[in-house]
Amino acid sequence: MTNKTTPYAIELQDISKRFGAVQANKDICLQVPAGSIHGIIGENGAGKSTLMSIIYGFYEADTGHIEVDGKRVDIRSSQDAINAGIGMVHQHFMLVENFSVLENVILGAEGGALLKGGVDAARIELQRLAKEYSLDIDVDAIVEELPVGLQQRVEILKALYRGARILILDEPTGVLTPQEADHLFRILKALKDQGVTVLLITHKLREIMASTDNVSVMRQGQMVAHRETAKTDKEELAELMVGKKVRLTVDKGEAKPSDVFLSARNLSQFDSQGVKRLKNVSLELRAGEILGIAGVSGNGQSELLNVLSGIEPMGEGEIHIAGQVITANAPKNAAQMRELKMAHVPEDRHKMGLVTGFEAYEAAVLGYHNSDTYNGKVLMDRKVMVDECNERMAAWDVRPPNPHLKTANFSGGNQQKIVIAREVEQNPDILLIGQPTRGVDIGAIENIHEQIVKLRDSGKAVLLVSVELDEIMALSDRIIVMFDGAVVGELDAKDADERTLGLMMANAYSEEKEEVPA
Amino acid sequence: MFETLILMLDATMRVSTPLIFAALAGLYSERAGIVDIGLEGKILGSAFAAAAGAAVFGSAWIGLFFGIMASVSLAMVHGFACITHRGDHIVSGVAINTIVAGLTVTLSMNWFGMGGQTPTLSGDSRFLSVTLPFADALANVPVIGLIYSELLSGHNILVYLAFAMVPVTYWVIYKTRFGLRLRAVGENPHAVDTAGISVAFIRYRALIVCGILCGLAGAYLSTAHNAGFLKDMSAGKGYMALAALIFGKWRPVPVLLACLLFGFLDAVAIRMQGVVIPGIGEVPVQAIEVLPYVLTVLLLAGFIGKAIGPKAIGRPYVKERA
Repeated sequence: MTNKTTPYAIELQDISKRFGAVQANKDICLQVPAGSIHGIIGENGAGKSTLMSIIYGFYEADTGHIEVDGKRVDIRSSQDAINAGIGMVHQHFMLVENFSVLENVILGAEGGALLKGGVDAARIELQRLAKEYSLDIDVDAIVEELPVGLQQRVEILKALYRGARILILDEPTGVLTPQEADHLFRILKALKDQGVTVLLITHKLREIMASTDNVSVMRQGQMVAHRETAKTDKEELAELMVGKKVRLTVDKGEAKPSDVFLSARNLSQFDSQGVKRLKNVSLELRAGEILGIAGVSGNGQSELLNVLSGIEPMGEGEIHIAGQVITANAPKNAAQMRELKMAHVPEDRHKMGLVTGFEAYEAAVLGYHNSDTYNGKVLMDRKVMVDECNERMAAWDVRPPNPHLKTANFSGGNQQKIVIAREVEQNPDILLIGQPTRGVDIGAIENIHEQIVKLRDSGKAVLLVSVELDEIMALSDRIIVMFDGAVVGELDAKDADERTLGLMMANAYSEEKEEVPA
Repeated sequence: MFETLILMLDATMRVSTPLIFAALAGLYSERAGIVDIGLEGKILGSAFAAAAGAAVFGSAWIGLFFGIMASVSLAMVHGFACITHRGDHIVSGVAINTIVAGLTVTLSMNWFGMGGQTPTLSGDSRFLSVTLPFADALANVPVIGLIYSELLSGHNILVYLAFAMVPVTYWVIYKTRFGLRLRAVGENPHAVDTAGISVAFIRYRALIVCGILCGLAGAYLSTAHNAGFLKDMSAGKGYMALAALIFGKWRPVPVLLACLLFGFLDAVAIRMQGVVIPGIGEVPVQAIEVLPYVLTVLLLAGFIGKAIGPKAIGRPYVKERA
């Protein structure tokens, strides 16, 4: 018997959960002291989200049990978790977008069959919470009209309104600018000072180091280590996460940019509503360089990729590539762009990069399926495709190396390798690559980054779009920042730091410079 | 001229009644995220059950009870397919329509042997007109008399009930806990689930309300508007109600107005039957009857405003593996 002076806010004992053949969680034990911020870190697919879903009653554990404040609780549904004082801020917000903030907060805690009383009570309670935790918000605003940072605040208020004393945040900063993220961490500190226990799930080491008291590391469904944050460092945690030494930076030499391979002038694009999504973007992409496009997701990067790759027609402007000029009146589609030796790894591999119901060898020829290599006189040459797929799987370390497995059944990293291999092995002059490591684990990230640098060093031009600042800074030779569809800044990668980029991404750079003359 | 207009509006009220019931039924169902193309089948099923019940027991109220039971049962079948087993809402709805179209005729032949009809109802086995107080006294007052005595008075109880259901629905949808949850479940069922509320339970309850309202629509057709069940007597009213629901953008008051507009067009079509307009000839009634659908298509195509339905409509709710 351990001699506990104060019971833990939450304690997990031997939690296991299995989904079919996948052991998502195995014998998880965790002890979180009350009033602390506890980080849980691990790669994608390490079982963090499953574990949190068990605590929040979304899934039921196969074995093991949960104690809250030293008392064993039986959590079979979200309602049980809420009753036990557990609140959760999901990675994808659980908000009804066309409801007001107030309606979202009271949903499920209306306090009576009629709304009137509950709404009035909630209004007063929210004012109190807003004051206590500095969570100001217009309670009558419609949620979909709020910026994501504030939507997240609604999620936090929702949990607090239900009396949560333990707050779980699942990858809370994925959608935030660095400044919004900093604000979130200030809020978490305030919550902690009020005695709330915070469980922070993330795969970002920086956040763990900056904000937590303790940290637990998960790997392949198991809890592999518990550390006091002050007594550990990024390198140790990263090593625990992947189980081997990793580099957080990419080894690359000086870039040797030469000829301009692609030049875009005043590119604009309009969506189906006639709204200008891409605003007069001009850029030059040279052989032997990696040009990084930074920006918070949804600021025109996707439109830029789609226009450059020929997926969407451009509205205005021109693209110069391989001695040809492409304009709105003389467009080229995606297949014609490929013929100009431009390869494209789309941002969303499930929607655009792969057909998830296809077997790997089929997915590995998509976009090049008309090439003579893969075709006999009448039918496609299956043997050639399978053999080539086998070779590539060996060269790119795709696991499992089975060309006949449906692409849906590969992990994110391996799916991405299939897509990147397909594009890179065609030996393009230009590679457009969007979010190359989204949902990819650290081991594969390293591999993918190396391949991108290798491509650059062989004299190709790479345009990299990523919302991960670390990735942009590690890979790029030159960085362009986009905001609201327009280019708001360009700088040499050597001069870039997180703060400058973050400010540019929020379009606050010039303002701040005026306030603080350098 | 004024009298003609009043008479046409009077007809509009009578024709609109089943549309209002059915469109509100669809509103409960679709705001909860369940597509209901089976309104037609539920109306028809209820019309048959109500007429059969009224004929056997000699009471319109007992008939109404049977109509509602039949319609709610069909709604539960739809729920079982779409909610519990995550089936396709359209397929389930169309299946219900098809089954009911055949079953009503078969059963009525077997039970009543009248070639797919039920016995003609009279007296207490029908909903008869209600004369509002002072209607006779006011009948001769100019304008007001006509409006009160002709237009407002002299309908059966179900007509008044249909119009009363509009503010009731507005209140339920926007002012009660059930309404809040119902709207939420049609927009983002995940938000409802994580708030600790059962998505399936809310949707089933929405379908029960939907079934009751369709039951009223069907009973109105066979025991109030007509005096017995006729083969295929719903005659596309369920589809027109669905069109009105979309035209009214899934909101109670606009839906009422859409139903009245469609009902009015129907009344015009009936009135214009056989009327010869100089230079054009006989008015093609079908051209007027098709208008509700043309208007709905134009609306959906974005020519008249925009119709944005509940976001999660038609998608079965599956707990995601986070």
